[in-house]
Amino acid sequence: MSDTQTETEEFSLSSETLAKIDEVITHYPEKRSATLPLLHLVQEEKGYISRPAMEWIADKLGLTPINVYELVTFYPMFREKPVGRRHVRVCRTLSCALVGSHKTCKVLQDKLGCELDGVSEDGEFSIEYAECLAGCGTGPVLMVDDDFYENIDEAKAAELAERLKTEKKD
Amino acid sequence: MATTPQEKRIILKNIDQDGYTRDIDCYLANGGYEVLKQTVTKNPADLCKEIETSGLRGRGGAGFPCGMKWKFLDRKSGKPIYLICNADESEPGTFKDRQIIHKDPHQLIEGMMCSTFAIQAACAYIYIRGEFPEGAKILEEAIEEARKKNFVGKNICGTKYSCEIYVHRGAGAYICGEETGLIESLEGKRAYPRIKPPFFPAVLGLYQCPTAVNNVETLCNVKHVFDMGGEEYAKIGKPGNTGTRILCVSGHVKKPGYYEFEVGSLTLGQLIYDVCGGLPDGRKLKAVIPGGSSAKVLRADERYTGKTKGGEEFDWSLEDIPLDFDSLMAAGSMAGSGGVIVMDDTTDMVEALGNINAFYAHESCGQCTPCREGSLWMKKITTRMLEGQPRLEDVDLLKSVADQIAGRTICAFGEACAWPTQSFVLKFRDEFIAKAEKQINENAPSSQPAIAGKE
Ligand SMILES: Cc1cc2nc3c(=O)[nH]c(=O)nc-3n(C[C@H](O)[C@H](O)[C@H](O)COP(=O)(O)O)c2cc1C
Ligand code: SF4
Ligand code: FES
Repeated sequence: MSDTQTETEEFSLSSETLAKIDEVITHYPEKRSATLPLLHLVQEEKGYISRPAMEWIADKLGLTPINVYELVTFYPMFREKPVGRRHVRVCRTLSCALVGSHKTCKVLQDKLGCELDGVSEDGEFSIEYAECLAGCGTGPVLMVDDDFYENIDEAKAAELAERLKTEKKD
Repeated sequence: MATTPQEKRIILKNIDQDGYTRDIDCYLANGGYEVLKQTVTKNPADLCKEIETSGLRGRGGAGFPCGMKWKFLDRKSGKPIYLICNADESEPGTFKDRQIIHKDPHQLIEGMMCSTFAIQAACAYIYIRGEFPEGAKILEEAIEEARKKNFVGKNICGTKYSCEIYVHRGAGAYICGEETGLIESLEGKRAYPRIKPPFFPAVLGLYQCPTAVNNVETLCNVKHVFDMGGEEYAKIGKPGNTGTRILCVSGHVKKPGYYEFEVGSLTLGQLIYDVCGGLPDGRKLKAVIPGGSSAKVLRADERYTGKTKGGEEFDWSLEDIPLDFDSLMAAGSMAGSGGVIVMDDTTDMVEALGNINAFYAHESCGQCTPCREGSLWMKKITTRMLEGQPRLEDVDLLKSVADQIAGRTICAFGEACAWPTQSFVLKFRDEFIAKAEKQINENAPSSQPAIAGKE
């Protein structure tokens, strides 16, 4: 409990995010509609959604925290824990699977040193499967953070992993 | 030799053309927003009539006539009317809306503004799936450009009509594509589909106000209907199946991609062989899912016989099936979202179904017991057929689980998740039995703990 309290006190957002939040709330006749946009904005800044973040959002929109929490547990893109600095999502659905997305995923796991749904030891990378990313004609497809990659076979996956590793921050 | 069917690009006309960019200047240079300028001088009721005359059917999956949907909007309530563009594009095998959004966003915005004016909407939202962060940015920028030119916002094109468009991002849940789940999500809740009746969006939609929910491609078509007039538009395609259709082809073909054709102007065989270059060398066609992963699978070496809606007898091979809403339905599947998934003879059908079942088990919203439990069990059973300890009865068990879902749920996800299992097991029964037998032999009790036979 005391833990949460200190976190609550510490929870704050950049003025840029705050401005975006105030603007997005005006898009809707009912404030509650802004819950998903606020969750996105908070996750973009913080990397994940903490309990204090949920409380902050609830407070901002005049909701109870459960109204926010139930969205975090329902929508797969929101996470309650940090992921790697670069987060990789490989499509596992049929069209991509037919052209080898599972092999692509395996190569990335090996080269980036992380298990599926895990984070690499240095905290740099994480990988998960995603459902159909609407690029089925150019599979295997994957996303690295917000960027979309198409036609990533095993060889290209190895190249991509190398590139991501050289872009690593020290 | 049959000639290669010609694409007829209306929606995709400018997309991928040399020098065509997505900014408003390029759009205007290509005649953009001229239709909107004309539209806002007309009578909204007449415009809705044009859509009815055009016969335009929804491109999001169900193929519901757009004119009828708009007609149902409750205008007597006096409540504001909303338009929602469904840009959730999550049906596996479908990837057309993303192309439009990324490469020609103003076409969508013009289509939307023509639609909002026709139905006299007070405000419009684009619900875009969370995995399209770039698409959302592109749309926001495009709306801003359009607002500066007075095509969106206050007093559009100098008239008294005002309407805003806002972009709203989802967050990775497929069920947000279902229109009432989408509305709940837009209201800031879990995307639990609403029960119909009474919650038909046209009457009790967003914020309990009358709401039209339309797919990206449908809304782009609205612009072209207004441009050429309903009657001219209806001459494209076939009666009851008018206009063009974007088909997304994926899986085992040489040239996968998105193509636009007059509805019904080509057969499945022409699409696969003439347009998409056929299968990889040395492979044979085994099966096709013609309308997104929830459409029933069609087997290559089967005859499709029966009577069309018009009463004509047909006897088709898989390759002969014309690609329109009614013919695909007559063949026992559906045109759905236009996502054609091609599988060659190297495909393990149990694995393919296992993959699809994992998708639906992950995406069920969990409100209805038959769907929540059924989708989970279909996944569990196909998974154990592939890597665990199945029983021979599993093949029938799988089908019986599927049979108990459809028709007993709040939304059409129930059907969507049952159809793959029902059709795969029906059409490839031998393969499922062989798989179960092989797995039973390989996982003989001696190599497995005795308890494993029990669930
Ligand atoms: C489970 C499920 C998922 C759906 N997903 C989508 C989707 O991703 N995009 C879409 O446009 N329609 C989707 N639909 C169809 C919508 O409910 C709705 O019919 C459509 O947006 C109506 O637009 P249209 O009449 O222009 O086709 C889905 C339906 C169901 C039952
Ligand atoms: S059918 Fe499935 S997805 Fe639709 S409301 Fe019921 S549980 Fe949710
Ligand atoms: S199946 Fe991978 S993007 Fe659609």
